[in-house]
Order: sequence, then structure tokens, then C-alpha cells
Amino acid sequence: MNREGLVPLVSGTLFGAGLALGGMTDPARVRGFLDLFGAWDPTLAFVMGGAVLVMAIAWIVQRRMARPVFAGSFALPDRSDITLRLVGGSALFGVGWGIAGLCPGPGFASLAIRPGAAALFVAAMLAGMVLVRLVEGDR
Amino acid sequence: MILPGFPDAAPLAGLAGGVLIGLAAALMLLGAGRIAGVSGIAARSFGIASSSLPRGQAFAFLVGLPLGAVIVAGLTGAAAPALAGAVPLLVAGFLVGIGTRLGSGCTSGHGVCGMSRLSQRSLVATASFMASGIATVAAMNALGLEVLP
Repeated sequence: MNREGLVPLVSGTLFGAGLALGGMTDPARVRGFLDLFGAWDPTLAFVMGGAVLVMAIAWIVQRRMARPVFAGSFALPDRSDITLRLVGGSALFGVGWGIAGLCPGPGFASLAIRPGAAALFVAAMLAGMVLVRLVEGDR
Repeated sequence: MILPGFPDAAPLAGLAGGVLIGLAAALMLLGAGRIAGVSGIAARSFGIASSSLPRGQAFAFLVGLPLGAVIVAGLTGAAAPALAGAVPLLVAGFLVGIGTRLGSGCTSGHGVCGMSRLSQRSLVATASFMASGIATVAAMNALGLEVLP
């Protein structure tokens, strides 16, 4: 594999390791965090806090770089418009997240831990993504 | 370490896992110049959405996710966590797929990468999916709907 392909592979592996170490591949922990009015489990806040802290430093470093280390240029989101699509779509995502205690990262990471069940979740997720694509085309 | 008032929480493991996730996203940003947003990378990888990230690289990131999880599971010897049953998994997955496409991201892209950049869109998106996730769990508890064993 070339160097360009190695960066995402190493990044994905670190990401999956972090999810598992932080307990985020355990839906009971994730749903425990969302159970704010019940037996609240704050663990997810520590995971999010640790990740955001490191990334905040990375963004400061990024601003001083002309280009990424292993690619020609940065390709980063630059939109700032708040739309119904953004808010409503995210709300819909949150309902799914709450039902099973899985979001996309832990869904894929769980393929190695609970392959059968995780494959169901991932397949349904991809089907949902395909549906959006079919309804509105490529945007 | 035990957090006062929350005996079941794992704050240190959570923080360590979070730092690893942050390093992963930082590597993607500073190395490849991209956002480590799993839903977008998944859509790109399966040809559902176009993006400037080469498809092979998107797939390589996705392959790493279970690889990293299984390495940690092997090292810690932790038991495999229980997932929900088939019906809730299918319903949840479908909603997550639709919602993350419409909302342009998930917990990683908006929650980790966007919030750390103070992106207005990501702050709003994260508030939205946190609120609906909390409401969903509260509603399911009120109705006595149990999905995990």
C-alpha cells in the first residue's frame, strides 16, 4: 500500500482502538450517557472531551501548515449555513443513536467484535444512506 | 478510578480512548488533509457520495475501525459487549444512515472534528443529535422498551 493509503488505515485503526478503549463499542455505555434522566453514565463526555482537546490542538497546528504532510492540499468543510436539513437530519440520526446505542464509528468497529449483529446495523445504515442518495441525487 | 456519584463510569479509560480518537482525527487532518468523519467516509467508501477523498483511502480508514477495536479487545481481554436485537438494530441503522446523510455528519465529523474547530454547523448538529438521543432513550424507558439484555 502507498503512503497515502497508510495514513487512513493507521488513523482508522487508532480510531477503532480509541472507541473500544473508551467503552464506546458498548451500547450500554452509550445509552447510559443518553439516559440523562435515569442512571446517567458520564463516560462518553470524557471520551468526547479527550478527543476534542487533542483535535483543538491539531486545528491550531493545521492553521500554520501550507499543506498536509502526505497529501497535496487540505479539503475541509467550509459551510456555515444552519439549515432545517442539518438540524432535522441530525435529530433523526440521534433517534437511531438512542435506539441501539450505536453511531457509525462503533458500528463498523463492532464488526470485529459482534460481526453478525454489527453487520445488520451497518447494512441498514448503508441502505438509509442509499435512500437519501436515490431521493435527491448526488449533491 | 471511580467517579464520585457515578460508580459505573470509566472516566480514565474514557479519557484515554478519547485521546486516541483525537490522535486518529489529527493524523487524518494533518496527514491527509481530511476530516475523520465516519459517516461521510463510509458513504464515500461504498460509492454512495462523491468526495475528494480517494475511494481506496476511505475504505482503508473503515477497515482500520474493526482492526483497532479487535486489537484493544485482545489486549484488555474485555468481554464482547452485547448489542441490541435484530429489529432495533435495523431500525436504528436505517435512521442513522438517513440522518447522517441529511445532517452531513455524525459523532466523529460533527462531534469531534467540527466542535473542536468551533464550527457553527457542527455545534448545532451535535446539540440536535444529543437532544434527540436523550429524548429517545427517555421515551423508550418511559414506555418500558428494553433493547439491550
